[in-house]
Amino acid sequence: MSVRPQARPVGQKPPFWRDRAKRALMFQIMLIAAVAAFLLYIVGNTQANLAARGITTGFGFLSNTAGFGIVQSLIDYSSQSTYGRTFVVGLLNTLLVSALGVLAATIIGFTVGIARLSPNWLIARLANGYIEIFRNIPLLLQIFFWYYAVLRAMPSARDSLSLGEVVFLNVRGLYLPEPLFESGFGLIPLAFGVAVMASIALVVWNKRRHEVTGKRLPAGWISLGLILGLPLLVLVATGVPVTWDVPELRGFNFRGGITVIPEFLALWLALSIYTASFIAEIVRSGIQAISHGQTEAAQALSLPRNLVLRLVVVPQAMRVIIPPLTSQYLNLIKNSSLATAIGYPDLVSVFAGTTLNQTGQAIEVIAMTMAVYLTISLLVSMFMNWFNARVALVER
Amino acid sequence: MLSKKNKLVLLASAGALVLGATTVAQASTLDDTRNRGAVQCGVSDGLPGFSAPDDQGEWQGLDVDVCRAVAAAVFGDAEAVRYISLNAVERFTALQSGEVDVLSRNTTWTTVRDTTLGLNFTGVTFYDGQGFLVSQDLGVSSAEELDGAAICTQSGTTTELNLADYFRANGMEFDPIVFDTSEQTVGGFEAGRCDVLTSDTSQLAALRIQLADPDSAIILPEVISKEPLGPVVRQGDDLWFNIVKWSLFAMVNAEEFGITSENVDEMLDSGSPDVARLLGQDGNYGEAMGLNADWAYNIIKQVGNYGESFERNVGMGSPLQIERGINALWTEGGIQYAPPIR
Repeated sequence: MSVRPQARPVGQKPPFWRDRAKRALMFQIMLIAAVAAFLLYIVGNTQANLAARGITTGFGFLSNTAGFGIVQSLIDYSSQSTYGRTFVVGLLNTLLVSALGVLAATIIGFTVGIARLSPNWLIARLANGYIEIFRNIPLLLQIFFWYYAVLRAMPSARDSLSLGEVVFLNVRGLYLPEPLFESGFGLIPLAFGVAVMASIALVVWNKRRHEVTGKRLPAGWISLGLILGLPLLVLVATGVPVTWDVPELRGFNFRGGITVIPEFLALWLALSIYTASFIAEIVRSGIQAISHGQTEAAQALSLPRNLVLRLVVVPQAMRVIIPPLTSQYLNLIKNSSLATAIGYPDLVSVFAGTTLNQTGQAIEVIAMTMAVYLTISLLVSMFMNWFNARVALVER
Repeated sequence: MLSKKNKLVLLASAGALVLGATTVAQASTLDDTRNRGAVQCGVSDGLPGFSAPDDQGEWQGLDVDVCRAVAAAVFGDAEAVRYISLNAVERFTALQSGEVDVLSRNTTWTTVRDTTLGLNFTGVTFYDGQGFLVSQDLGVSSAEELDGAAICTQSGTTTELNLADYFRANGMEFDPIVFDTSEQTVGGFEAGRCDVLTSDTSQLAALRIQLADPDSAIILPEVISKEPLGPVVRQGDDLWFNIVKWSLFAMVNAEEFGITSENVDEMLDSGSPDVARLLGQDGNYGEAMGLNADWAYNIIKQVGNYGESFERNVGMGSPLQIERGINALWTEGGIQYAPPIR
């Protein structure tokens, strides 16, 4: 005889701990309460300890005068600016090297990834060699390589390499002429805008015409010509309302023009080249994930080779490529904090380095710095998820 | 369901661990040091003459001698020190968080550090000032000719601030190239990234002898700031503050009374009341600091007096060859002066 659980009278609710949903809810509430209590304790404990040791806290220091110089700044900055401004200067420098790094890494990565699949033996081997070398050397060493190895090979300011006495390259960086716009220059962005609008209209019209008649124009090339040509034409027509501030050697260094400091170049090169090696592998795997049958089927429809890539392979490959690509972008942005090793004035070097040390407000400064990286990463990841949803195939 | 329960258990135990770790009662630094059996001393990341390991791997230098003096006073053994190498950015956080008991790392005494950082400077081991190291072939003989120069400096130092002040006051421009460690700073200077390297003049002397060709660089005559360097402790532990403060004063007083590591045993019966008080024969001045009566004897015997330490590490008996200058005793035209022991 087996023992059976007693049947509950109909209509009576089971006790709450027997109810799966309620039990789950209870555990979750307990978990949240424990986490909240833990955080409260940590914050309280920290404040008590800071007070006990006589360490000043709060964000008031942000409006104090910084008193130190920063070599590269995208906004007006002098040693009389505030600590708050050093935060913005550092942040902009981080964003600059990250944005240009993402751009360069994507271009190099896609090129190398496609080259890796080339039927040409030499090109495929070269691409493979690139990937294996740069993927397997620690990034910090690569940054040091570009900074110290390349820097030492550069000539001093007095015997700079020059390109037509306009562009100069030496151990202090790359000196470019700076365009100074005169009145009447406003027409050029206008022309650019008109050209872009016209190109969009052309592409839309071309697509409709293709669907109706089967004929197509090389809209891409025409648009390119339009976008480049129209502003150029206006530039010449208005008599080139631009003067150039050419750098010239005065005292120790070149003055005037735009200076690209070697710390920036080294960091940018290292980040781009390192991340590109990972992106190349992602691109290769994405393309190889598309079964060869798809290509054959497209060829059977007598699509030309470039259209097979553009219409069949790449759209499907993007689905595989984008999620890991997002991670690489995030890695690049976070890796840019290695700037501090070679003295590029990024957020970590300027704010979490010098500002932290001059003010001693370690907790506030580090919290702000972490919040910045978190915010940037979440924004990039949001954008990439949106983009991923856009390119995802609509499955039937 | 089970996994969630497991998570909770895990979190609770992790929480208990952290709470346990953070609620350790704040024992006095002296007790902590005694229990550990060694003084934890924050030193530089390698600055010859002040704190750098020698070819045997032993830390040597003027700042290191302060650590050894404190260990001699507390344990009667100058070797009972654990050295922790810190760069300029890490140093204050390491001291505030209790990673080191005393920071003896060519650190400038300033208002902010003495107040908002919650630290106490215990005295001055070296009166320094900021100077400029330039390459010979730049053909510069004065800091006032440095308009537009690229200048290498170390992050998180007072030099970074003095530099900006000096150039602004003189209406000149400069490009600051800021590195993390003194090694990288020298690297940048040698690679030609900057025309000038700026730091405290004592450090410049030390960094200059590290260059591949020391004769290729000169130190400019201008000294643009006051840099009193000294040991630092945390606020809130007056007993420990006194121990570190008086360890240095004992060394300076010993020099004034002519007591050296060699003659300290003979001086025990010199008859001078000042010497008798310092060496613990007349009264017990160590007791109020939780130390033995022979605390100062041990310092002088094992580490030496201030003058000995100076000559051995940075003075004429060392590669740095820095003159005593204002670091001489007040009786000899300098400003090194220690309060009396009584």
